[in-house]
Amino acid sequence: MPVATRHLGKPLKRKEDPRLIQGLAHYVDDIVLPGLLHIAFVRSPYAHAKIRSVDVSKAQAAPGVVQVLTGADVRGSIGAVPCAAQIPDMKAAPRPVLAHDRVRFVGEGVALVVATDRYAARDAIDLIEVDYEPLTPVVDPEKAIEKGSPVLYDGHKDNVAYRWELEGGDVNAAFKKADKVNKQRIVNQRLIPVAMETRGVVAEYKPGERQLTVWTSTQIPHLVRTQIAAMLDVPEHSVRVITPEVGGGFGSKLNVYAEEALAGYLAMRLGKPVKWIESRRENFQTAIHGRDQIDDVEVAFKRDGTILGLRVHIIADLGAYYQLLTPLIPTLTGLMSSGCYKIPAIRVEIVGVLTNKMSTDAYRGAGRPEATYLIERTIDLVAAELKKDPAEVRLKNFPKLQDFPYATPTGVIYDSANYPRSLDLALKLSGYKKLRQEQAKARKQGRCVGIGLSTYVEICAMGPSSAMPAGGWESATVRIEPSGMVNVMTGASPHGQGQETSFAQLGAEILGLEPGDINVIHGDTAIVPYGIGTFGSRGTAVGGTAVYKSLMKLREKLALLAGFLMDVDPAKLVFDGMKIFSKTQPKKSLPFGEVVAAAYTAKRLPPNMEPGLDATTFFEPTNFTFPFGAHVCVVEIDTETGDVKLVKYVAVDDCGNVLNPLLVDGQVHGGIVQSFGQAMLEEAVYDEQGQLITGELMDYAIPRAADMPWMETDRTVTPSPVNPMGVKGVGEAGTIGATPALANAVADALSPYGVRHVDMPFKRERIWKLIHKNGRRAK
Amino acid sequence: MPAEIQIRVNGKSYETQVEPRLLLVHYLRDILGLTGTHVGCETSICGACTVLLDGKAVKSCTVLAVQASGSEVTTIEGVSSLGPVNGNGLHPVQEGFWEKHGLQCGFCTPGMILASVELLRTNPNPSQTEIRQSLSGNLCRCTGYQHIIQAVEYAAKKMKSRKR
Repeated sequence: MPVATRHLGKPLKRKEDPRLIQGLAHYVDDIVLPGLLHIAFVRSPYAHAKIRSVDVSKAQAAPGVVQVLTGADVRGSIGAVPCAAQIPDMKAAPRPVLAHDRVRFVGEGVALVVATDRYAARDAIDLIEVDYEPLTPVVDPEKAIEKGSPVLYDGHKDNVAYRWELEGGDVNAAFKKADKVNKQRIVNQRLIPVAMETRGVVAEYKPGERQLTVWTSTQIPHLVRTQIAAMLDVPEHSVRVITPEVGGGFGSKLNVYAEEALAGYLAMRLGKPVKWIESRRENFQTAIHGRDQIDDVEVAFKRDGTILGLRVHIIADLGAYYQLLTPLIPTLTGLMSSGCYKIPAIRVEIVGVLTNKMSTDAYRGAGRPEATYLIERTIDLVAAELKKDPAEVRLKNFPKLQDFPYATPTGVIYDSANYPRSLDLALKLSGYKKLRQEQAKARKQGRCVGIGLSTYVEICAMGPSSAMPAGGWESATVRIEPSGMVNVMTGASPHGQGQETSFAQLGAEILGLEPGDINVIHGDTAIVPYGIGTFGSRGTAVGGTAVYKSLMKLREKLALLAGFLMDVDPAKLVFDGMKIFSKTQPKKSLPFGEVVAAAYTAKRLPPNMEPGLDATTFFEPTNFTFPFGAHVCVVEIDTETGDVKLVKYVAVDDCGNVLNPLLVDGQVHGGIVQSFGQAMLEEAVYDEQGQLITGELMDYAIPRAADMPWMETDRTVTPSPVNPMGVKGVGEAGTIGATPALANAVADALSPYGVRHVDMPFKRERIWKLIHKNGRRAK
Repeated sequence: MPAEIQIRVNGKSYETQVEPRLLLVHYLRDILGLTGTHVGCETSICGACTVLLDGKAVKSCTVLAVQASGSEVTTIEGVSSLGPVNGNGLHPVQEGFWEKHGLQCGFCTPGMILASVELLRTNPNPSQTEIRQSLSGNLCRCTGYQHIIQAVEYAAKKMKSRKR
């Protein structure tokens, strides 16, 4: 990265915003095609049932109905929903695009209607009669693996999807020599991602060109193209996927869904364009869920607070079927269970369990929030046991600077970090010492105040292909047009992260232009090179590095050409102010546009130089990156109501070098508030019949503006050695770092009431009961 | 039985035959093609569909088109006409969202902007707490709201300086 920057690191306001703030952007539902038909789904009201028969006759006769299809109709014509994750000895749990003989969760698609407008389609699904034979639902993952539990799949002997183990260091020895051992069950509840835009698909087939175009709200357009082509058994080059504006993903759109393939199938079968827009209820029931782990944690430690060993047993509720990455997510928890601590011995056992619920998969953070939560709660439990300050126990167990790159016993290599620095800064910014004094005073007054710390590390910039289910590189083509306009085509598919701006800053910096001269194109498989997509905080560190490398290739070519034209040393050329000039002979200068034009007119080129200005890079990272940080927060609990109020939040994050601080702050804020949602409000609740009783925004609370205090954010900068820009990634840091800080604060607040640990979400009823045990105050 | 409605949207008059059950948001989006208003939840919780109905913010996913007959509707496409507009053609609230990074995916933004316009009409000088309270009917999953608060503060300041 150039040292003195004109554009990089600056808080440039976003290039994508003018269309978004004026209602001029196009999301999937804004796409209208002539003759467009609308799809609606019949979905199972049972969590577990056999389908005896489906009567579609009344629906077929309803006004406006063009087509009705059942699972039996499409069986054999469309492949199962794909899962890219493979774990040794994993049992099969493939999801048919429509159920034909058995349903395994509430909301599973059973039949569909295509009609001339969305109201007619919605009316007609009520006319379809499905005869179900209810089966006993399997809801509780612990009971699901007991002997005698009903089993979801006929060919399986039980509901265990897989067992996965990992051990590094001598765990038994660590526990033997420990002064103390602490055990705690730590539950990470099931969550619903709730992107503000639900899923949606438009599909159109042009038989003359044999071209199926699918507009879909996704984070991974190319992977969707590959998978839809496979599911429909058509050549991949006959499928084009376009990702228009995407109204939030958070992992819920890092997937390939049944509805995407069905829309493509219907467009081909009917010869007419079709649209499906998910209702919010469908979004709750049928877009992937997140988290849902029961973690039993045992920690061995010395009296001075040194952690010697860790045993983690994870029951991961996978739901009924595998979506794209379902089985993989809990293994990320295993890999990151060391947290930002030097723990010599760790053993992790995971039991993946099939239940009659929607699949869990990658929800913002995907496996790492669970890891951070369990280790950060554990550190606080150790501190409480030893009556030490939690900051002191953390400092004691951080790896030293000279330990980096640091290899954990779980087999990952942390690239770079300075954990004490970020903790020190967070303690300083929050006035930690004073906060503790104020807390002591407040307690004397009978107030219930808690202070929570979290020091986190996460794994992101996913990632080296060797460790990824479908390739971990990213692509970028940069094409400088004859006019001098720069087109950046990225295989990453941003959806709110702001890469149209940050990549333009990068282009402007490297080529000496203005961000307005750089146009970033993404999300169309017919235009951009094959890409992996935007998830796992990889957009900048992997996608951006591909852009950087392509830009550098073109800069080099332009320098050679300009040097040739001006007869100066290309190595001494400077790109700035829309000019290319010599550092040593500043009078030797050419306008950027003139050099670009020379590359296209091709009258005077250096020997062996090809005309044109186009460079493509497929960047393969050598490792993940490991952002880190320290968060401090203060909560006050109303002992009469159990209401937990967040009164202060300080976040210090280190995501390496920063391209645009405004965008980084936005990611951090959003992540913290999503964490707040998990800690305080959100919980996907299935009842014992497997009904999702938090199936709407009316019953599932996500954070509102009034829930939050002002958040103070700051940064330390520890560049990553993994990529030339030294960036790490920040998309998920907030959801990884903040939840444990909030939980630690609540546990700290309740400690005078003899509470060691309380599971999320910290709803009033739960907190009130802990304070008022046996009908009166504990204490 | 279709019903006839007369409605003014962003300063233009329309007379349309609609199904009585047609939602205002679908009238705006599907019949008038004003797709800047989004449907987020269909239960009036999320506020993505917020428009101004005779100057007041309403959730157009739970208003029938026939209920809006005889009224004036302002959507995100027409908000700049409420002025005072800057040289860039933007309402100060739109400008605030741009300047302060008050949006990421942009899906909640049109509703958030219209709810903010309504707030500043009734309370031109809101405190942060008042902004947070009055935007609590509009959900955003991306920004964590902090930059939205700053966007509204920016707009309030700008609108005050215009009036002087």
